[in-house]
Amino acid sequence: MDDVAIIGVGLHPFGRFGPKSALEMGADAIRAACTDAGVQWSDVQFAFGGSCEVDNPDAVVGLVGITGIPFMDVYNGCATAATALQLAAQTIQSGTYDIGVAVGMDKHLPGAFTADPIHYGAPWWYGEQGLFLTTKFFGMKINRYMHDHGISHETLAKVAAKAYRNGVNNPNAFRRKPVSEEEILGSRMLNYPLTQYMFCAPDEGAAAVVLCRADIAHRYTSTPIYLRAAQLRTRKYGAFEVHRSWTAVDADPAPTVFASQAAYDQAGIGPEDVDVIQLQDTDAGAEVIHMAENGLCADGEQEKLLADGATEIDGPLPVNTDGGLIANGEPIGASGLRQVHELVRQLRGEAGDRQVPGNPRVGYAQLYGAPGTAGVNIVTR
Amino acid sequence: MTPIAFAEDVFTWPADEPQLIGSRCPSCAAITFPEQGSCPRCGKVEMERHLLPRRGTLWTFTTQDFLPKEPYASGETMETFKPYGVGIVQLGDDVRVEGRLTVADPAELRIGMALELVIVPFRTDDDGTEVMTYAFRPTQGD
Repeated sequence: MDDVAIIGVGLHPFGRFGPKSALEMGADAIRAACTDAGVQWSDVQFAFGGSCEVDNPDAVVGLVGITGIPFMDVYNGCATAATALQLAAQTIQSGTYDIGVAVGMDKHLPGAFTADPIHYGAPWWYGEQGLFLTTKFFGMKINRYMHDHGISHETLAKVAAKAYRNGVNNPNAFRRKPVSEEEILGSRMLNYPLTQYMFCAPDEGAAAVVLCRADIAHRYTSTPIYLRAAQLRTRKYGAFEVHRSWTAVDADPAPTVFASQAAYDQAGIGPEDVDVIQLQDTDAGAEVIHMAENGLCADGEQEKLLADGATEIDGPLPVNTDGGLIANGEPIGASGLRQVHELVRQLRGEAGDRQVPGNPRVGYAQLYGAPGTAGVNIVTR
Repeated sequence: MTPIAFAEDVFTWPADEPQLIGSRCPSCAAITFPEQGSCPRCGKVEMERHLLPRRGTLWTFTTQDFLPKEPYASGETMETFKPYGVGIVQLGDDVRVEGRLTVADPAELRIGMALELVIVPFRTDDDGTEVMTYAFRPTQGD
């Protein structure tokens, strides 16, 4: 795939913003992305909007300009933003339109997500019985992974400490104070082996990108970033997944493994070519597991890689350079476009104090969420 | 007042040896818990009721150390909440099911340990009715 370029990115900071609505944050992100691209909103021919809490993200046009364009709303769990981006890219690839926007926005209440389990395909009593918690699933998944592959509690703490450290250098992050490994391990246990400071928090924010046909990108920018792969996969029958009362004995790999392989194939590259990485770190354990599920290391290698600092900004595998979900929190509709925003900044050399050295060329982003959906995007200079 | 199960058709009860009630696909042998009307593997609409083995081994676990939001309905408050264990338990070669554990201390739990199904009190309703749920307990002598 070499026919779609990202010419502008915009972000509303992630955190808590009092009475400011998700739509207002989405409008700020769109304005920033259009400014970055050097286009007017009136130049934009179509848009996709993603949100969990906002029923009609397209209502953002009331704040940025009511122009009559096709504006399509999507919700796809934690993969919502990857879905909006993929659909926007395909709309350009199909030749339907030349220039469009993908935007994500959300504003969640504090605390773990909840809903009616019926809408997730779980039994009606699943929540009543205290089983309908994503945090509990992540605790169980990393506990088994640690048992199988020799990952220590200290490695989980190293992942979270890195996220907070990177957040310090990201002015848009929710958490901007360093937290030591000791404090992380000593914070309140929420779901063994995961402590409070190993988890991300639902919060508020928005992100947007402007995409166009690659062959016209140089009209707008001297540094287009090309979207080389956009892939989404759902779970296979035997995958161990969130919000399920049972799982098959015959195991299948997680959906991320298939989305990742398809994305590498589409981009025509391999994991060894990736320079900057954004992974779904709903919790510190998820980042460890996702390193392997995305082909960046073998199962169990994370223990040594983290000890060696390999995933630091100046390491060979820089992961979650903007602090990831742990430092930014998770406004579901915006989270995946925050990842793309960070990759674009990194590939353009605009990431300031958190810039990955060596002129990175290839960026990789992965999302994972309920009820077993993974999205992977690969971008290059 | 006679205790009641939190839901019908989730476990056989009262019974000396209660079992979880699942379903099995006669075409492809997929097994689910609880029962469902169509097969999650092959899609055929001919699932049969299938009682699951009572004993199994712990495949993985965690603890729930904070009070879940609604729709959690244990009747507990922030002040009275007691953490509980949650596990994935492999029942023979049939299926792995999720359930509460009678043990909430990770030091007393280990992957691979033997467990058995028990029916335990979950909450007491305002009219005094005791509501029962299923859970897994370490097998005696393990």
